[in-house]
Amino acid sequence: MAQVPLAAGLFSWPSDDPRLLGSECSACAMVTFPSQDSCPRCALTEMVSKPLARRGRLWAWTTQNFPPPSPPYAGASGKDFKPFAVGYVELSGEVKVEARLMETDPAKLQNGMEMELVIVPLGKNTDGDDIVTFAFTAC
Amino acid sequence: MNPEVAIIGVGLHPFGRFAGLSGIDMGAIAIRRALADAGVEWRDIQFAVGGSYEVDNPDAVVALMGLTGIQFTDVYNGCATAASALALAAQTIRLGDHDLGLAVGMDKHLPGAFSADPRNYACPSWYGEMGHFITTKFFGMKINKYMTDHGISHETLARVAAKNYRNGVINPNAFRRKALSEEEILNSAMLNYPLTQYMFCSPDEGAAAVVLCKAEKAHLYTDTPIYLRASTVRTRRLGAFEVHSPWLPIEETVGATVDASRAAYELAGIGPEDVDVIQLQDTDAGSEVIHMAENGFCPDGEQEKLIAEGTTEIGGRLPINTDGGLIANGEPIGASGLRQIHEIVHQLRGTAGERQVPGNPRVGYTQLYGAPGTAGVSILSL
Ligand SMILES: [Zn+2]
Repeated sequence: MAQVPLAAGLFSWPSDDPRLLGSECSACAMVTFPSQDSCPRCALTEMVSKPLARRGRLWAWTTQNFPPPSPPYAGASGKDFKPFAVGYVELSGEVKVEARLMETDPAKLQNGMEMELVIVPLGKNTDGDDIVTFAFTAC
Repeated sequence: MNPEVAIIGVGLHPFGRFAGLSGIDMGAIAIRRALADAGVEWRDIQFAVGGSYEVDNPDAVVALMGLTGIQFTDVYNGCATAASALALAAQTIRLGDHDLGLAVGMDKHLPGAFSADPRNYACPSWYGEMGHFITTKFFGMKINKYMTDHGISHETLARVAAKNYRNGVINPNAFRRKALSEEEILNSAMLNYPLTQYMFCSPDEGAAAVVLCKAEKAHLYTDTPIYLRASTVRTRRLGAFEVHSPWLPIEETVGATVDASRAAYELAGIGPEDVDVIQLQDTDAGSEVIHMAENGFCPDGEQEKLIAEGTTEIGGRLPINTDGGLIANGEPIGASGLRQIHEIVHQLRGTAGERQVPGNPRVGYTQLYGAPGTAGVSILSL
């Protein structure tokens, strides 16, 4: 069965060294994720593609203990829903990325802990393919 | 500076669940109550501003009130909708276009967390597919980080929610009118760590209306005009930690609430130390804690002590959400901020009944905050 990324241009996949794909302003060096056409700081439209660092530090987190409304949520809903954790991971000098976290136990999550990018299954699309998305895990 | 705009009437349709009544119906009821409170007739009203999320055209309320042909502007700004309605109504009077008008908010939401198409919030579709497009998760994350950074306990969150339910018990217009113990609040289902079910407000139904006039004409209508000293709306700046953000920059700055608050204090020539009664956006108990500091009422972290000492209770030095706030009233988005104004007006007039703040409060403050990083602040005084 095929593995398809959640969205095109979000991360490099398939890859042995997957990276989130952001953008950087040629004028002021502002970094965004995902990539966008204009710079939120200087408002110029001179953004170039930038693969982001794989590692960073947890900046803020919470848990999602109830199923988000489906649609838009593409993961298992109803009684098949599995609670997950979510947080912002600060990629040093680049950007803070909001992502799913592989650790879901509040006792094991702490701001400042080091984390690494992983690509994980999210759910299935209408063709029965596995949708994969980005997440961070402690390292 | 002399005040330019006065509030001479407030009216509320209770907040809760009302089968058989539409949002517009409730809007008309709130308007009639505000007109009666001001002692004016619908045909005296020269203009109106209406706010709603669910009702496409709040101005359709003219069908229930009378087809007088007035200027009627509809606004929507998320949870800050009522602040925009009030600010626009006040501007219309300050500009001299009209002397007497009203702001009305109405909504009728389905139960459960709000849902929408992320693309309408300038967020990519995948953000919703990942399960990130949900406001409650942002509130969980923000207070969780705040608690770590500033030493706020889980018990403090429960104390805030318990206070608001308690204030709801003595508010006949509230949705939740049952007291809950701190233990029940802490032990209810965890929704977004550290926030439990009973620490959150819920969407519901209701309406509120405010009649405003040019300040120098206020005494034609009432002996106790309440002056609107400032009404500001601000959106997020780069680096603010705000709801529905797939990413944040490394650089950090204060949120939209802080910007709206500072602008309002400056316009009013009033400082946080002058405020006697306060309404803050308590989407959840954590938001009330954070908003105490963001609106200048205490330094970060001091909430732990202030709340334990009862400072934010009706009899305390900083009475907050004396009508039970969003936690006890729920949030009909378009009406929520005018419910805050309704409560402050009664507190300043001394007509808040069982909820009356002692010591003749003279200055009141209201704050709204919501997606996608929009805040509104109003300052009122006798
Ligand atoms: Zn730039």
